[in-house]
Formats: sequence, structure tokens, C-alpha cells
Amino acid sequence: MVKKMSIKELEKKAYDVRIDIIKMLEHAGNGHSAGPLDLADMMTALYFDVLKHDPKKPDWDERDLFIMSNGHCAPVLYAVMAHAGYFDKKELMTLRRFGSRLQGHPERTSLPGLETTSGPLGEGLGQAAGMALAMKMDQQSHRWIYCMMGDGELNEGNIWESAMLVAKYKLSNVIGIVDRNNIQIDGTTEYVMPLEDLKGKWESFGWHVIEIDGHNIEAFIDACAMARAIVEKPVVIIAHTIPGKGVDYMEYDYHWHGIAVGIADVAGAPPKHDQAAVALRELRSLKGKITGDHE
Amino acid sequence: MSSSMHLAEDLYKKDVTSEPIRKGFGRGLLEAGKRNSNVVALCADLTESTQIHLFAKEFPERFIEVGIAEQNLATVGAGLAAMGKIPFISSYAAFSPGRNWEQIKTTACINQRPVKVIGSHAGLYTGPDGATHQMLEDIALMRALPNMAVIVPCDSVEAEKATLAMANHPQANYLRVARDSSPIVTTTHTPFEIGKAYVFAKGDDITLVATGTMTYQALMAAEMLFKDGIDAEVVHVPTIKPLDGVTLLHSVRKTKHVITIEEAQINGGLGSAVAELLGEHAPTPLLRMGIKDRFGESGQPAELLEHFGLTAKNIRLAAVHMLETNHK
Ligand SMILES: [Mg+2]
Repeated sequence: MVKKMSIKELEKKAYDVRIDIIKMLEHAGNGHSAGPLDLADMMTALYFDVLKHDPKKPDWDERDLFIMSNGHCAPVLYAVMAHAGYFDKKELMTLRRFGSRLQGHPERTSLPGLETTSGPLGEGLGQAAGMALAMKMDQQSHRWIYCMMGDGELNEGNIWESAMLVAKYKLSNVIGIVDRNNIQIDGTTEYVMPLEDLKGKWESFGWHVIEIDGHNIEAFIDACAMARAIVEKPVVIIAHTIPGKGVDYMEYDYHWHGIAVGIADVAGAPPKHDQAAVALRELRSLKGKITGDHE
Repeated sequence: MSSSMHLAEDLYKKDVTSEPIRKGFGRGLLEAGKRNSNVVALCADLTESTQIHLFAKEFPERFIEVGIAEQNLATVGAGLAAMGKIPFISSYAAFSPGRNWEQIKTTACINQRPVKVIGSHAGLYTGPDGATHQMLEDIALMRALPNMAVIVPCDSVEAEKATLAMANHPQANYLRVARDSSPIVTTTHTPFEIGKAYVFAKGDDITLVATGTMTYQALMAAEMLFKDGIDAEVVHVPTIKPLDGVTLLHSVRKTKHVITIEEAQINGGLGSAVAELLGEHAPTPLLRMGIKDRFGESGQPAELLEHFGLTAKNIRLAAVHMLETNHK
């Protein structure tokens, strides 16, 4: 089992995770930056507080299940898994390399601890639903299934097919989390394919919605507790995040959705050979000073 | 004719017993459900037409209705499989795997979950519904997937056996079944194993390789050819992937002439699979009969088989022509 941490410790851990993400992406030379960085707080909270899991026994049959439906955010998943003890942190630098267990998008059969293979968007919530149906048949519904989705991912019809089914079968041990960072590859979500009224959409599909600041770790942990307490309906947490969170030149800029540091000159960012160093310097200096600055 | 295959006694009679292949799937699933409590069934608003209603009635708590949502059908199935269930997901083949192929690839095949995909109403036996519903590309689609076995039974009796075998098979599988009645070729004593092809009629002059409903037509053609003085061997291929190369090559090396017959696109289907095998191991004159790069249309199955040249008569003519041409 993973040792519980204070909120302060979790916040610091999230910044260590961000530092690893930048190093991994720089080393890999490609991959997605914005989403992994903005998910660092919630992912740290999940793996160090919310989830019932045991990195030494990834097949433990009482574990909660975490599904990363937005598989392109793999770097943050790998980083928190390494920090939690699923594998040695040194392996993080093999991301996207030939022969690595850390495939470009998560591949279940290559790394113990992954629950699904993902990358093609829209497929996590349906798998969460199937897992919950099986648990219901086997009287195992005390186990929780957390499904992380990107907001751009909600363009996919499969998500809404699954949302209907989860509500139909009252699978209240499924907890959805939407990374509402307002960007996708081609631009802002509202430019590419408007999602608002997003809360109203989920509610009309039969879900209870909790909206939070996705960088407020305490709020996220509380929202998960509330989600577990609500049994009449499935719950989705819409977590408002800042894409690229923690690296000033990336924040809010959709250009960083699908690229790594150090491979291209981007307007408003340092020259490519400096990007990683600037990001790391900034992340390191922010350590311990980030409490509550986005509320 | 081969007796070890225990084919139907009335096979060569005019009023041969017929039944829709999908009915065999329905019975097989019910039986699989009785044998193994982990077997579950999912359907996309086509419960009775895919024959999954037999299972749903007996095991309502193990039946999931996903609505008209084939992408979700596949992903929910993969989630059930992740928890140790053996999910049979059924819809019309045009929609599953026609619409949800990528979900099947990612969540069942790459993810290595034993999702059992049942493509009902495949091929020309879908008849009056027309081109949109006559799935002809399913074999090609599914054959391209690693970690996927592709099974095309020749009748309802074999479909029942195939369904039971799938419930015990560790991988994802695709089962192709048809809507309208077709002749029953086999009996409960006829052997069936996933991955095996069977010599249903022995002969030395030409090999007729058939799958699905075309196996009956090939057997009828062989009967006619026998009267023409041509000894045709009929190899029934109920598993197109993995292909039973040993049985096929054994026959082809003997006869040196091959015709493949399928009620599907020859591009990527059985014809392609056999062409690939022969091209690499035993280059042999080959004719591929099937749907030739076009779509179907409305009509009764018998009319459509006639129109697309997929009757015993057509096979007989093709065989005679092939032997004449190659012996000149
Ligand atoms: Mg986004």
C-alpha cells in the first residue's frame, strides 16, 4: 500500500512529477506536454491518496481500477506510477523508446498496473462500464472505477454511448473525471467543437456533476469522496485545469497539446534548445510555493 | 465421398433440411451459458434477430442491452472481459465489426481481452435489406487483426459447435453467421475445431476450397463434376484465420488446381488467404469465386447467388473450364 501524505506533501510530489514529465519528454523527443502537466495534481492525488491499490501487487483483486481514457497523457501516468513504486524511476527515461514498457500510449500487456490499452479516444468509459457490470454480477461493487477523460475526447460519440449506459444500469461505482483544460490539438475546445454547456450535457445524460479547480488537490480529494457517497447517480468530476500548468510559456497555449519540449520553436516560448532548462528551472523554483494560487 | 465427416444424410436430396445459421449460434450460446457462468451476452437492439434472446431469457442477469451503439458494444464487452467474463457481443456484421472495428482492435486485440464478436446477417443471405446490410467485407476486416480468430461456419449445426468452442478459446474471435435459411451440411458427429479445415469430399482432380454457405454449393458442384468424370475434392474452411495450411497444401499438391468460393469480397477474404498461402508455399493455378469488388443489392438470397455466380452450377462450369484451360 502507498503511504498517505499531507496536502502539502502531495502538492510537492505533483511538482516532482512535473519535473519528471519534462525530463521524459525532452529525452523522448516527442509526445504530449500540456495535458500531462495539467493532470499532475489530480494524478498525484489519485495514486497517493484516492485509489486503493498496491504497487507491489498490481493484480490485487480488491484494488480500485484507474482507467486513463485519454491515453496520450501517458507520461503523467507513468511518472506517478514510478513515484508510487510500480517500477524504478530510472525506467521513465525509456518513454517511447524501442523495447520500452512505457509505450507511447499505455499498453496494458506491456506494463503491470495498467488496466487498459488506450490512445484511440472515447473508449475508456465503456470499458469502465463493462468492468462495473461484471462487478455487479459478482457482488464486487464496493470497488471503485475512476475513468480519466480529456475534454477534447468528449467529441467522441462512444463517450456519450457509454454515459447513457452507465446511467441506465446505475453503475454508481464508476467515477468519471474530465480534464477541462479547454484545448485540443487544433485549438481551443470551443473553437474546434463547442462542448458547453458541458455540465448540462452530463446532467441531461443522467449524471451528477461536481465542478472543481483541478489544481486544488484538497478539492479533488473531497470531490472523489463526495462522488463515492452519491449512489443514486454516477458522478463526473469536471476538473478545470490550466493546460501546461507549471511551465509559464506553455500555460493556456494549445500549441503544446501534442508536442514535447525541445523539438520546435514556438511563439512566446524560449528557443527550442532552452525550453527544457527553462521549464525545469521554473518548476523547481515553484516547489512548496504553489498552494492556493489558482483558486 | 468421405464418410468420416459424418455429413447430413439428406445432404444430396432436393428437400435438404435447412435452417438459418444464426439459430445455431443462439443454441450454442445458451448451452455455453449453462456450462460456464462467466459467459455473458451483449446486444445492440437486435436481440431476437441475432438469436441472443434464448440466452437473455434464461440468464437475464448476464444479458446487457447496450442500445443502438456498436462502439459501446465493443468497449463494454472489453471491460467485462477485463474482469474475467467471456462476453459475446452481437449485432449485424455491417455494424459490428463494420462500425466498431477500431474499438475491437484496441480494446480486444491489442488489449488481449477475449471478446467474442458475433456478426449476424452477414453476406448475401441478408437478402432484401440490400447493400448497406449485406456485410461482405467482414472477413477481410477481421482477418487483418492480430490476436483474432475468424470463424465462418457452413451451417447452424457447425455454428453451435463453433460458439461452444469460442467460449473456451483464450483470444478474441469473430463468428460470421447468416440470416436466412441455408442447407444443413454437417451433423453433431462432424468434427469441428477452431483452426482446422476439413476434407468434406475426397477427389484428385481439383480442390474446391469453400467457407460458410458456399460449402454446400461446392459439395453440390462436386457431385455434378463426378458425373462429368471429374473428381473434385471439397475442403471446408470454417476457420479462415488461423488458416489450416497443412490440410489445404496437402490437397492442392495432389490436385494442382484450386478454386476458392465465398459469399464475401474476394479481396481480403478466403480467396486472398488461400492465394497468400499458395503464393508462398505452392504456386498453383487459382480461381477466386466470390463478390468481386462491388456491393450487393436487394433480392432473395437464391436470386442473389444466381446473380453473383455463386451457385453449384457456376462452380461446376468454372472447374470444367479451369481443367480444360490448364490441360491444353
Ligand atoms: Mg483538452
